[in-house]
Amino acid sequence: MDTLIAWILRAIPFGTIIMYGALGEIITEKSGNLNLGVPGIMYLGGFAGFASAYLYENSVAEPNMVFCVALALFCAFIASMLGGLIYSFLTISLRANQNVTGLALTTFGMGVANFFGVFILDGRTATQSLVYKTFQTKLPVLSRMGVIGQTVFGYGFMVYAAVILAIILHHVLSHTRTGLNLRAIGENPATADAAGISVTRYKYLATCLGAGISGLGGLYYVLDYNQGIWATTGQIEALGWLAVALVIFTTWKPLNAIWGSYLFGMLYWLYQFLPTLIGFSVPGYITDLIQMVPYLVTIAVLIVTSLRKKREDQPPASLGLAYFREER
Amino acid sequence: MEYAIELRHITKTFGSVIANNDVSLDVRKGEILSLLGENGSGKTTLMNMIAGIYYPDSGEILVEGKPVEIRSPKDAYAHGIGMVHQHFKLIDVFTAAENIALVLDKHEKYDIRAIKAKAREICKRYNFEIDLDQKVYEMSVSQKQTLEIIKMLYHGAQLLILDEPTAVLTPQETEKLFAVMRNMKADGKSIIIITHKLHEVLAISDRVAILRKGEYAGTVETARATESSLTEMMVGKKVELNIERPEPVNPHLRLTVHNLTVENAEGVKILDHVSFDAFSGEILGIAGISGNGQKELLEAIAGLQNPDRDSSIVYYPDDDRDSTAEQLIGKTPKSIRDLGIHLSFVPEDRLGMGLVGSMGMVDNMMLKSYTEGSSFIADRSAPRHLAESIKKELGVVTPSVNTPVSRLSGGNVQKVLVGREIAAAPSVLMTAYAVRGLDINTSYTIYHLLNEQKQKGVAILYVGEDLDVLIDLCDRILVLCGGKCNGIVDARKTTKEEVGLLMTRLKEEQEGGVA
Repeated sequence: MDTLIAWILRAIPFGTIIMYGALGEIITEKSGNLNLGVPGIMYLGGFAGFASAYLYENSVAEPNMVFCVALALFCAFIASMLGGLIYSFLTISLRANQNVTGLALTTFGMGVANFFGVFILDGRTATQSLVYKTFQTKLPVLSRMGVIGQTVFGYGFMVYAAVILAIILHHVLSHTRTGLNLRAIGENPATADAAGISVTRYKYLATCLGAGISGLGGLYYVLDYNQGIWATTGQIEALGWLAVALVIFTTWKPLNAIWGSYLFGMLYWLYQFLPTLIGFSVPGYITDLIQMVPYLVTIAVLIVTSLRKKREDQPPASLGLAYFREER
Repeated sequence: MEYAIELRHITKTFGSVIANNDVSLDVRKGEILSLLGENGSGKTTLMNMIAGIYYPDSGEILVEGKPVEIRSPKDAYAHGIGMVHQHFKLIDVFTAAENIALVLDKHEKYDIRAIKAKAREICKRYNFEIDLDQKVYEMSVSQKQTLEIIKMLYHGAQLLILDEPTAVLTPQETEKLFAVMRNMKADGKSIIIITHKLHEVLAISDRVAILRKGEYAGTVETARATESSLTEMMVGKKVELNIERPEPVNPHLRLTVHNLTVENAEGVKILDHVSFDAFSGEILGIAGISGNGQKELLEAIAGLQNPDRDSSIVYYPDDDRDSTAEQLIGKTPKSIRDLGIHLSFVPEDRLGMGLVGSMGMVDNMMLKSYTEGSSFIADRSAPRHLAESIKKELGVVTPSVNTPVSRLSGGNVQKVLVGREIAAAPSVLMTAYAVRGLDINTSYTIYHLLNEQKQKGVAILYVGEDLDVLIDLCDRILVLCGGKCNGIVDARKTTKEEVGLLMTRLKEEQEGGVA
């Protein structure tokens, strides 16, 4: 039982990181842009959030922690949006190849974050930012209510914010005109254009907002999951790719991202908890193999949805394609 | 007389091609106007200007007597103009209602229930049958068309433009559409219907406006028109082109096509029991309204289609018929090519088939020769010589034979394509729309090339659009209509009217039978 609880306590924060990444990418992909720069964007978000909080704490005598949280969120969001803006400009305005641009953005984001990480922190890479305690503040009464309290209410606010965000995005996509227009653009931009929808504006906004949301995953990783330390950042990249895989797993539906991300979290930590749970010991070299399971599940989902050919589960029809308006 | 729309002196050019030249026409309120014209006569371009897809170079559009500017489809909606294009503008994964909602005014509330209620009212009023919760990808073509019309009416269209609406419909569905059109007319809406089918023109419209080669040829009351009077107006007087036409020298039977039937993915017969012979040293023209099976016919011969079982295409390499006759059906495109049957296909998108845009002339020559020779490394010098000689002989304007062909002008691309196919010394040469979009001089170069091949004893199948050219260049003309061979005429004796009538109406119908 304790193992199971520990497993869940690991899986949910882990899932939250990739849930942010995936939610942002769903918005982006719904506009027809396949942004493979998610890992880079998560680096940008994580670094900007950490650096702003760290610099603020160290420059003010008595830092206001609520302000510090808001500042970190704001900076992470803006930095990630700038990443999305680079991608948008290249792919929407200049019509560069989306895959190449996305991969370049991943490399770029990683490089920028790691370079400035060393530069700003002056080598003190493992220095803690204090704000993580605020990020990890749990609900006062509920979190102490036994097992349920521990597993359901025992996390920082960003875990719940992610779930709420997923629900909001679902509502926007399915029940508002904005969502309808956005989906139309991802499916058939020419038709949307003929209907008087500004394709370029929607694509820019969706891609930048999506990048901003993805970047929050990086912020959550550094300031909450990693306890406010700018270290072991190499993992962000793996998490970014997992977020991209999660988008496919959810079949582009935000609500599926909630349980999907937690499932990915469970599967990712399978190697550490399942053997103990069933009283079985696994040699160390197997663990890396077990960590592949989320990707295998994604492939399985791809195969199943491709076989079923249900149109609702397919990616947006114009995903990855630049839109050229006909000559008029 | 009140007019729904008036066009005054509309001119539109694309580059050097004049699509519409000084066209003036009007549509009365509550009438159905047919817009009639051959392929490329500028009907769709003209209508696209009303619908806001294109903007005229000069001229004026008046809606209900007032001059208007229509710069986008949205402007057109605002003026009560709705166009149903041949390619539907629908989102496949959306329901009918969601597609209707997509074009809504931004300030209107997004309430799918209210939208459905209003749409249902429209359906009831004009007698449409549609399930508003059905996804578009589950709909038939006719249902999609209905949805497009409902969409336009929902957004307050007073003038509806239907671009060849019956081309994709069965006769029963066409009847249904006409009934709905009459309901709309009774309700005071005006309708412009673009069509090639003369019997439909006579059945549904009040007046007929005719375009010929981008120019307005006049409007007549349908009641006073007959099929032959309309055909005459549509094709116009025969223009003498002075294309040389050498007599066939010693013609032999080269190709016998018998009962060729090809179905598309939806099971519709694109070609329906087409039979004909082609002779060496002869140009066989293939005429027809676009999309009546010309492309599929050539592709079937080239081995790119899957004809039905009882189809037969027999090829006779030389005079000694029985010993060497080859059945082409079942052969791969490559083995058909190796027999000397070459398809120089110049489709709508010149670079789409036959050439690779990002490669230079040399590499494009190599596409057909890379398997030759036994060396592990492909031979580049032979294709280079070929490219150089095509460049010189046909006057291809390109900085170098290695410049990507996508950077060449349309005419030059066509010269490269035709030149390559001719260089392979074919015994059957098939070309489709070989002169589409070319200027006069280049067109004559192509005609000259074809005539040279003809005199060498090549059997040529020439799919063309311009009846004047077909009649002047070809020896015989096969007319396709609705995927059927509607007659083969002697080009030296036929008239434009005869070919025009064969293109627009199946013979059986003329004789009183049912198609």
